Amino acid sequence: MRRILAILLENEPGSLSRIVGLFSQRAYNIESLSVAPTDEPTLSRITIVTIGDDKILEQIVKQVNKLIDVIKVTDLTEREHVERELVLVKVLAMNDKSRTEVKRICDIFRGSIIDIGKQVYTIQITGDADKTNAFIKTLANETEIIETVRSGCVGIVRGDKALKM
Amino acid sequence: MTTELYNGSEMVVKALSELNIKYLFGYPGGSVLDIYDAIFKQDDVEHVLVRHEQAATHMADGYARATGEVGYVLATSGPGATNCITGIATAYMDSIPMVVLSGQVPTNLIGDDAFQETDIVGCSRPIVKHSFNCRKLEEIPNIIAKADYIAKTGRPGPVVVELPKDILIPDNKAPFTMEKDVQMRSYNPSAKGHPKQIKKAIKTIAEAKKLVVYSGGGIVLANASELLTELVEKLNAPITNTLMGLGGISGTHENFIGMLGMHGSLEANKAMANADVILALGARFDDRVTNKVEKFCPNATIIHVDIDPTSISKNINAHVPVVGLVDIVLQQMLDELDATNFKPNEEALKVWWDEINEWRAVKSVSYDKGNGKIKPQHVVESMYKITNGEAYVCSDVGQHQMFAAQYYPFAKPRQWINSGGLGTMGFGFPAAMGVKMAFPESEVICITGDGSIQMNIQELSTCMQYNIPVKIISLNNRSLGMVRQWQDMIYNGRHSSSYMESLPDFVKLTESYGHVGIQINTMEELDEKLAEAFAMKDKLVFVDIMVDEKEHVYPMQIRHGAVDEMWIKKGVKA
Repeated sequence: MRRILAILLENEPGSLSRIVGLFSQRAYNIESLSVAPTDEPTLSRITIVTIGDDKILEQIVKQVNKLIDVIKVTDLTEREHVERELVLVKVLAMNDKSRTEVKRICDIFRGSIIDIGKQVYTIQITGDADKTNAFIKTLANETEIIETVRSGCVGIVRGDKALKM
Repeated sequence: MTTELYNGSEMVVKALSELNIKYLFGYPGGSVLDIYDAIFKQDDVEHVLVRHEQAATHMADGYARATGEVGYVLATSGPGATNCITGIATAYMDSIPMVVLSGQVPTNLIGDDAFQETDIVGCSRPIVKHSFNCRKLEEIPNIIAKADYIAKTGRPGPVVVELPKDILIPDNKAPFTMEKDVQMRSYNPSAKGHPKQIKKAIKTIAEAKKLVVYSGGGIVLANASELLTELVEKLNAPITNTLMGLGGISGTHENFIGMLGMHGSLEANKAMANADVILALGARFDDRVTNKVEKFCPNATIIHVDIDPTSISKNINAHVPVVGLVDIVLQQMLDELDATNFKPNEEALKVWWDEINEWRAVKSVSYDKGNGKIKPQHVVESMYKITNGEAYVCSDVGQHQMFAAQYYPFAKPRQWINSGGLGTMGFGFPAAMGVKMAFPESEVICITGDGSIQMNIQELSTCMQYNIPVKIISLNNRSLGMVRQWQDMIYNGRHSSSYMESLPDFVKLTESYGHVGIQINTMEELDEKLAEAFAMKDKLVFVDIMVDEKEHVYPMQIRHGAVDEMWIKKGVKA
């Protein structure tokens, strides 16, 4: 099962490597990972998308919590939450027909074209994994995808609750 | 008033002195020469020069296991630091409090593949409780205070501190400030067990008809053996110890049914398999205990008390998990027994003990004395008699380790010191040296074999320099006994690389270091010569004992079987 973990930890050198190391050392999956400092600059927040059953996930949460740098861990998938990922896609846009078609698909998915080259468009889209995957699949049917880059998922719990100190 | 200024090296030494660290085990090298110079100029912290950094870590480890205090190591950057890796991993697996101070190349050279540069924080990351990259002179005292605090609190473990040379040099000075009362927002180990869980645990225990207490190294680490004994007596329950937990309750206590697991007693493993409730205290259901997990005690309700939540329900699902320090949880349990007016169910206990006594009657931990050769088990029994069962026994890894665990009943915790988790050959001798430094008046034995002892034999030199009179009892079977046993049992007797050809003359070798060497070849001379060795209180004596090379360790769990499926002796199943 796909899970999204939100981890709040000390923003110190080596903190991230401890998290990544833990996952590889214990043979846990990382599907995506994103990290940045929070509004409180001494803290970082990591979002990890992983795959595992309940038993594995229980161990992952406990093992991450055990790291000295880690302040809090939450499994967002257990709660009502919002998740988003930013994807940049560079596609071939050789002629009018394909340019129009790419533009049309972008509009439908609420993506935006953020750069134009001689024969290529670069598109930005945000959304959950379902939406971004569907977008890329649709684009691929219409034109050639040259390059994609995904930011990795970030997520936040709905409502008043917050992952804070 | 002017504030006194210290350079980084002086800060390191002053910080150790403020923490009352008595010994620092280590080996000098380029990046830490300034620290060595600071050590030279003071008397608070004594440095012990080993002959290999791995031995420094095991010495600090042995010191920590025997005293319960944090063991300290100092190594230079690069090879000095990487030589510590096995010792750090050994301490990590057995949850031993240790701080390793490692040198590093100057900050401006880090990352340039400088001479004697290794990323020791990176190398050791999977085998430490935590680590620090020290980058500023002013940080040194508080980082050492934090390292000490992290190493010894919660589930103890090793902590690495990396100190680059440029913050240690004499020219660079700053005031010394150290907060000994460490507070960390991200680290607050829990202490008390949740009251609801304690109530639930006691209710489960009160309803049990066949209860077994299964305790491990956590009892030793938490100094909880008196509370454990009180609980066991109150419940009149059978108790078994893991290899790491031996001494948690006296080995001669009538409720003690022996060690469990791979080379445990039949009664201990049978009791586990037939129990309706298992009370696990500071033990972690290691694969050397459970045998095949799927077949492990399917009918038992499991209460699991541990300071580390990751240990709970990792290998075996716990029905009543209790997270907390085991000494505090034991006190809570005893209080709850009183509060609920607990009375043992005498009728059920009688049935249960009758059953256990039948398994006991098999005498699974026994051996044939017959063939005239010296039996390794016999050596351990003699050793027990001569030392009145009071010695610290530090073991290497292999058959001798199991024989010591089986035939030397430990009266007290911390008396039995061995690398149970990592299984590090070469651990026993330096660990024994560390113990002897902590308790010079006590008898300290290193039980070893011709394989293990050669993995850190250079420390005979350290023992000469510091006069550390441990007794080395080597069960010499001219082979790697445990490897050969498996080859006999599983590989059709193909002894691939398990025969030790070209053994040195251990007596002469020992003598060349100024110690005493004794060789024992026959049963007739065993007791007398052993007694002679132990009578030399102020000498390191290496006793090289030619034991029966064909002897196997029994009983032994049958591979992939249930916890109680065992070979009692060669070809005989329980």
